[in-house]
Amino acid sequence: MKRRNIVCAAALGAALGATPVAAQDTDTTTAEFEKFRAVMEEANPAELFELKGEELWRTRRGPKNASLEKCDLGLGPGVVKGAYVQTPRYFPDVGRVMDIEARVVHCMITLQGFTYEELAKQPFSTETRTPDVVSIVTFIAAQSKGMKFDAPQSNAQEREAYELGKAIFFHRAGAWDLSCASCHGADGKRIRTQQLPNFTNPQQAARGVLGWPGYRMTGGVMHTLQWRMNDCFRQQRFPEPKYVSEAITALLTYLTVNANGTVYKGPGIKR
Amino acid sequence: MNTKIILAAACAAALAGCATKDEAAYRAQADAVLKRDFQARGIATMDRLDQTELQRICTQYHDNPPFEVQQRLEAAEMKTVKLPADGKFMGDWKRGARIAESGRGMTWSDKPGEAGGSCYNCHQLSPQQTSFGTLGPSLLQFGKTRGYTEANQKYVYERIYNSKAFNTCSTMPRFGSTGTLTEAQIKDLVAYLMDPESPVNK
Repeated sequence: MKRRNIVCAAALGAALGATPVAAQDTDTTTAEFEKFRAVMEEANPAELFELKGEELWRTRRGPKNASLEKCDLGLGPGVVKGAYVQTPRYFPDVGRVMDIEARVVHCMITLQGFTYEELAKQPFSTETRTPDVVSIVTFIAAQSKGMKFDAPQSNAQEREAYELGKAIFFHRAGAWDLSCASCHGADGKRIRTQQLPNFTNPQQAARGVLGWPGYRMTGGVMHTLQWRMNDCFRQQRFPEPKYVSEAITALLTYLTVNANGTVYKGPGIKR
Repeated sequence: MNTKIILAAACAAALAGCATKDEAAYRAQADAVLKRDFQARGIATMDRLDQTELQRICTQYHDNPPFEVQQRLEAAEMKTVKLPADGKFMGDWKRGARIAESGRGMTWSDKPGEAGGSCYNCHQLSPQQTSFGTLGPSLLQFGKTRGYTEANQKYVYERIYNSKAFNTCSTMPRFGSTGTLTEAQIKDLVAYLMDPESPVNK
């Protein structure tokens, strides 16, 4: 894995970093990165995490020595295919809407006997450690490759999660008065050279969900949307969202439902 | 056909009415849920989720409050601007360049007092720096095109100190009023924009 990171970094450097890129050429930068991404996706490092996740899904683990094969991701116990693109959704057994990662955590607690505290302690990948949940979510996501996003809005709870997520999206607060919409509410904006998708524009909503979970070149680690939301709030100068909390599920409901109908291409590659 | 159109319009109006009513309820719910589902980390303490009146109003009106409300809030924000005691607005543009480049400050992974201005995240400034954002307007040749006057120096100082004193729901943080940048740092940024020797004006 380590060597692969170095190879990736070197290749990325050759593609992007070797010459200073003028801002007027941002589209060239983006185009170059897209080319590089296409090459990388033929041997996407995310596949290694999918394999690890599949093994973790099937292995008896935790204090209860159980596998996750009875975990109900919304389509019935053990059904993985299509589950990723049909979450967040309402789960009657817990009486709340859950995104995929929240549901996996729920199953690891109820079926395997892990505690929330141990799973929430270091929930995100570092250069030296990838949490099991990340690999499991990557495995589940890969089983929806080629399917359309279809996060349901079929009951009051799911519709409420969407509206709450939308309200959170526009909520200005924090040391710098920012909301999600401050950066993601208009077309064609950039931070430095990074293009910002406008999530209030239905045509761009897919950019919020495609490529996640993603293998991130920066640091060479695998990340899920839970991490992405966490790091957005860090840069928004907010306090930290609690892991797999309702606030994040609501925001993910807003982003995913807006992207419904887009074909999911599987775990991807991120800058 | 006409009946259908009228029905559709009535439904749309009814829905819009409901949506407006619900929006306030969802805003209140978002406020409560964020306070419940977030936790303090490092310098990012929970009081940051207590919306100020300005934050609450800008959220409510999607950044476009009624004119009278804007006037009242802008006047209140202007009162928070503390002008330099020595009456000088200009610092050192070279130090200003470093402050403009730094995107650090105020996140839970930053230490207190290590903030920059994050200027290049949103603005074009020096023609040499080609990695700049577009959330704010280009400030290329700012002093050169507007004139190197003391009135303009004062304006830049106040604008960096509290952008909301000029545009109620401006996206730009209130660098002085929130204690993100010190008076000396703001002066250095004024020089970066207003000194004829600064690369911004070359």
